[in-house]
Amino acid sequence: MKRRDFIFKGLGAGVLAGSGISLHGFSRIMGNPMAAGDGDYDLVAIKGSDPVAMFDRGIESIGGMQAFVKPGQTVIIKPNIGWDALPERAANTNPELIGHIISSCYTAGAKTVSVFDNTCDEWKKCYSKSGIEKEVKKAGGNIVPANSESYYREVKIPGGKNLTTAKVHELILDSDVFINVPVLKSHSSAKLTIAMKNLMGVVWDRRWWHKNDLHQCIADYATFRNPDLNVIDAYRVMKRNGPRGVSTEDVIRLDSMIISKDIVAADAAATKMFGLEPEDIPYLSIAAEMGIGNINLAELNINRIKM
Amino acid sequence: MNFRVLKKVRLIVSLIFFLLITYIFIDFTNALSVALIQAVLYLEFVPSLLNFISLAGIAAAGFIFIIILTLFFGRIYCSSVCPLGTLQDIFIWLKRRFTRKKQFGKLRTFKQLRYAILILSILLLVFGWVFPLLFLDPFSNFGRIIANLVRPVYLLLNNFSTFFLESIDIYTLYRVEPGVTSRFSILFSLAFLIMIIWLSLRYARLFCNTLCPVGAFLGFLSKFSVYKIYLNQSICTSCGKCSAVCKAGCIDIENKTLDFSSCIGCLNCLTSCPDNGVMFGRPPKNPDISLKAFDSNRRNFLAGGFLSLASLASIPLLAAPQGKRRGRQRSPRAVIKKHAVSPPGSISSEHFNASCTACHLCVSACPTHVIKPSLLHYGLSGIMQPRMDYHASFCNFDCVICSEICPTGALQPLLIEEKHVLQLGKVVFIKQNCIVYTEGTDCGACSEHCPTKAVTMRPFRKKLLIPVVDPDICVGCGACEYACPTDPKSIYVEGNPVHLIADKPQIEKLEQPDTNDDFPF
Repeated sequence: MKRRDFIFKGLGAGVLAGSGISLHGFSRIMGNPMAAGDGDYDLVAIKGSDPVAMFDRGIESIGGMQAFVKPGQTVIIKPNIGWDALPERAANTNPELIGHIISSCYTAGAKTVSVFDNTCDEWKKCYSKSGIEKEVKKAGGNIVPANSESYYREVKIPGGKNLTTAKVHELILDSDVFINVPVLKSHSSAKLTIAMKNLMGVVWDRRWWHKNDLHQCIADYATFRNPDLNVIDAYRVMKRNGPRGVSTEDVIRLDSMIISKDIVAADAAATKMFGLEPEDIPYLSIAAEMGIGNINLAELNINRIKM
Repeated sequence: MNFRVLKKVRLIVSLIFFLLITYIFIDFTNALSVALIQAVLYLEFVPSLLNFISLAGIAAAGFIFIIILTLFFGRIYCSSVCPLGTLQDIFIWLKRRFTRKKQFGKLRTFKQLRYAILILSILLLVFGWVFPLLFLDPFSNFGRIIANLVRPVYLLLNNFSTFFLESIDIYTLYRVEPGVTSRFSILFSLAFLIMIIWLSLRYARLFCNTLCPVGAFLGFLSKFSVYKIYLNQSICTSCGKCSAVCKAGCIDIENKTLDFSSCIGCLNCLTSCPDNGVMFGRPPKNPDISLKAFDSNRRNFLAGGFLSLASLASIPLLAAPQGKRRGRQRSPRAVIKKHAVSPPGSISSEHFNASCTACHLCVSACPTHVIKPSLLHYGLSGIMQPRMDYHASFCNFDCVICSEICPTGALQPLLIEEKHVLQLGKVVFIKQNCIVYTEGTDCGACSEHCPTKAVTMRPFRKKLLIPVVDPDICVGCGACEYACPTDPKSIYVEGNPVHLIADKPQIEKLEQPDTNDDFPF
């Protein structure tokens, strides 16, 4: 009996001690490790090819991957892997695109590149059926779980109105570079899910957002840790029944991509591509008002590439 | 025949079954193939029998093989196939290994109780009740012990190792949230395990010869076995060495007889006799003894039958309570389900309740952990039988694993295409609980998760969207209920007592835009 007590107490102490180890990374999140002013464009819009080719052309025009990833840095890539669906359903980010971005990061000298999503469907099925797990492994990245609350750490969100604290995945907090790679989709409650809405997958308790004014919470979170780069996959696009979709009948081809550091501008451009107006998406208007980014595309220097 | 070799074979076979079945119940990665799981569990007696009864027929004839085996050699099932038997053997071995008391005294047998349980189990089974088997089936009890008590420890160890690997950037393992199965089921398993430990340490395999309905049935059959273990009366010196190592107390050393119906086939006695007087083969005819034995058996059987009939009278108490809707209530309205949602493949609550022995294999195997043991959701007679707990999780649209691995046929195998239109229950929306209605803010978590779009959003007030449901295309997966952030829930699945076929969602063709168009900005 005593021996067992000892073992269990030992276990508990070990876990506690271990979780303390990684707390030091917290201080890093407030500073933006990215140097500003790479390239002259605020936003790149590409059209007419496959995701890999479009990414290469787009990123090249704003200084290449080396403008965003410095040698020795750790990178976290956050795709949308929310659903147990094949790539053709366009419910998740294009897997080849993810694999290719990982390779580009390594070419630029990244130390480690990790990928995760706090999925809606069962996470292992999502990772596997989306094709993303396979591509990540092929490119030498880490496909990391996000299915347990123990991966998340509570942080304060000083800029938030409703959302003032959240439990955020430790890799978002501890990595040097954060690349957000959402897929453009219709969304039953938020109307569209693009870059800002994709950040819902880095926190543990999404239900709280739904309960406390979804649109405000989406905007609130974007004040906390803005991605260093947003790459919006608009190659296959779920036009209706999103975010999960019912079948491939919900999907059309736009063969497009948006790349920008400004998450609001990126979302505004993608919204236009989808066929809606940015002002129709409540969380975009709120985010623009809060000064998170620029919703007015006319004020931006946009590089438009047709391939 | 070399009895030592025979004993070793039985030891190895029993350990293989024990370890494989244990792994099947603790595994959380769905690492084993469905075919392997089915093969390992094929011979488990009660699951196989129930599966045979519930439609599967000859494909589930493992128990017939066991019956034939018993009619030839006695209860090999109890010594080698039954994992609960091996578990007891392990406790007995530990006792002999670590205490000075190596021997069991005179072990008692309770034949009347034993046959009462057997007759009651058979009678109730004939009338479509699994009630005694639910509590006493050795396989299901073993499954529950592993799923409820051993698995959490296994998960804890996994999480602990994962934690250390992840700290050096190795992500081959992953952490799992253990999640409670159900408090009652855990307590029941704990009580059962304590009982088994106590019985096995004190009275060896008494459970198998008193409470176990399979032991009783195979014991009855083994009276008629062709080959038996018996004492050679001309060699036996009544030294008592064999009875001292017997786990079932079946040797009467004074009369130099061995009651083969109580023999659990451990083969200890065969290697214990210094004069090789314990024999295995066709016993010599001894009319006196067999007649006497038959007489006492008949008495035990009759008494058992009477006991079981008396307990049958209590059946009406077990019936499922009819759920009642309370009268008009102020908001928020409580969710009161009239019917629990039974897992996919269960056909109907009636079929499910009549064939499930609550072994918890589906509870362990479910990748989303939505299948949980029930309490009184199916009535007292269905206690611990699993249900879909949509507060814990929801059913994956493209998954049929529970229906494939169910060893009793309570869940019948489903194809993915069948599952896509299988309606376990229907969605119900309670507007007065909904965030959109009460707070005036957007939510839509329910609609997001719906795989068939039985829940969609329509414009509400000025700029809001509120759910609207189409129960005809709902499959009852519970994703909406799980995702709903309100307490009590604003949307839930009312179980179908008989599973139905849902309508397929209407699909309109979308227009593919010209990708050569200019940028819209």
